[in-house]
Amino acid sequence: MESHAVHTKIDHLFRQESGKMVSVLVNIFGSSNIELAEDVVQNTLIKALEVWKYKGIPDNPAGWLYRVARNNALDIIRREKRSELFDFSDPKRQLLTSEYTLPTVLNNFWETDQIEDDFLGMMFACCHPDISKENQVTFILKTLCGFSTKEVARSFITTEEFISKRIYRTKEHFRKHQIYPTIPTGEELESKLGVICSVIYLMFNEGYSATHNDMKVREEIISQALFLGKALLDNKKTCYPEVYALMAVMCFHSARLKSRSSATDEQVLLAHQDRTVWNIELINLGLSYLVEANKGNRISMYHYEAFIAREHCISPTYESTNWQTILSVYDQMLSHKFDPIIYLNRTLALMEAEGPKKALVEMKKVAENKHLKKYYLYHSALGEIYLRLNNKTNAKRCLKEAISFTNSSAEKAFLEKKINAIKLS
Amino acid sequence: MKEFLYIIRGGQEKMIDASPEYLQEHMQQWSEWMGGIAEKGQLVGGQPLEYAGKTLIESGTKIIDRPLAEGKELVGGYIIVKAENLDEACELAKGCPGFAHGTTLEVRELAAM
Repeated sequence: MESHAVHTKIDHLFRQESGKMVSVLVNIFGSSNIELAEDVVQNTLIKALEVWKYKGIPDNPAGWLYRVARNNALDIIRREKRSELFDFSDPKRQLLTSEYTLPTVLNNFWETDQIEDDFLGMMFACCHPDISKENQVTFILKTLCGFSTKEVARSFITTEEFISKRIYRTKEHFRKHQIYPTIPTGEELESKLGVICSVIYLMFNEGYSATHNDMKVREEIISQALFLGKALLDNKKTCYPEVYALMAVMCFHSARLKSRSSATDEQVLLAHQDRTVWNIELINLGLSYLVEANKGNRISMYHYEAFIAREHCISPTYESTNWQTILSVYDQMLSHKFDPIIYLNRTLALMEAEGPKKALVEMKKVAENKHLKKYYLYHSALGEIYLRLNNKTNAKRCLKEAISFTNSSAEKAFLEKKINAIKLS
Repeated sequence: MKEFLYIIRGGQEKMIDASPEYLQEHMQQWSEWMGGIAEKGQLVGGQPLEYAGKTLIESGTKIIDRPLAEGKELVGGYIIVKAENLDEACELAKGCPGFAHGTTLEVRELAAM
């Protein structure tokens, strides 16, 4: 039991620290040496396992890892200082070529603030607009979250080969464009922060959505998304209101994670979720993040999503949910820009707040929308509205239509079950 | 721009007795000084030297087990910088942290033969 606890602790530590170490080492070695940086981290972790096995975990395990990685980097630079491996032309890096300055400059790379900055800088570098979203998430999971290629492959439900190719392409991009981990400033910071938030949220949803059943993988991805968000909040340069809002959304959602699937791995809708298993700590954390998010003068999409998720989290039952508040949040969202999915969700809130009749009118208004027409959730929502209006024929027809627009076997099974329930009554 | 050699002499014995904290602080100053020269694009390179050394004398027929000069005269390291002239090279050298320990610094232009 104890050795298991130690193992989990080390696992967690390694995941959190490996991304930081890779970032610092990329800053030292340059972006064409990402593999070398990863090798140094790998060797450091192996050494830690060997030494800690006999001597126990040191008081400051992160500091221990940094020291070993730093010394490893020192040896490599001494050995390779006349090779073509490194580009020492940058003035700061030039100091790595002299023994007068090498040890000191290396120490400075491992100052706490510098590590945090490099880690975030690496996140910004990974979110370069020329790298596709999938590659961004893949690369972040691999280099910053300490996922193995196998684990990333499992997260995306694909093969290791495919993931390796993605990672290779991203590394090539770093090499070609000489990308160093840096936190941008001013307007560039704001626009890139938006990209980072969207990548973190995409990653979170990868873990949160029911596309795969391996709960352990899902929880790990979610905790990494929260970890990245927290890293942004812990740095004065990047703790923007929208990041607080994003963290609030993710806390609210993950608080409900366990109640979203049944013992038989079936999806459980919000209305039927067991609210007693919702994680109060995460809800409270989400609430405090939302307070911080509201201190700014900007409202992002994450704010709106957090407002809605908050209402669900603080309501003791589904029936007592404050649907009017939720409805008004959807109205605010739609006042910026029409979005078919938000419109659909708004209609469902309207159904709860003011009844299915009104909802049906709203649904019919968008019947010809080219996105919604082929979207299974539109038809499934319409089916639910007809059910509530006791129009069984139309309800069945809509649910069948919904089945024809989804490829997910879980979704199909869920809809089939709903149709069968109509026949019985 | 021309290249100049800084021959840095003396001061080593003071560093042997220094505490690790002091040494770290002192080397930080070296980084700042050399970093400043590097920022201007005027640093070529340089290294400190070990204390031990041998010297060939008498037309190379005799080898003694020490550097030729010791103590204040012992060469402790070298740095090469780029500068317009000797005066500028001396200006750049003024910030050398070794002066706090009785170091001397000789500035010589690299010759073209």
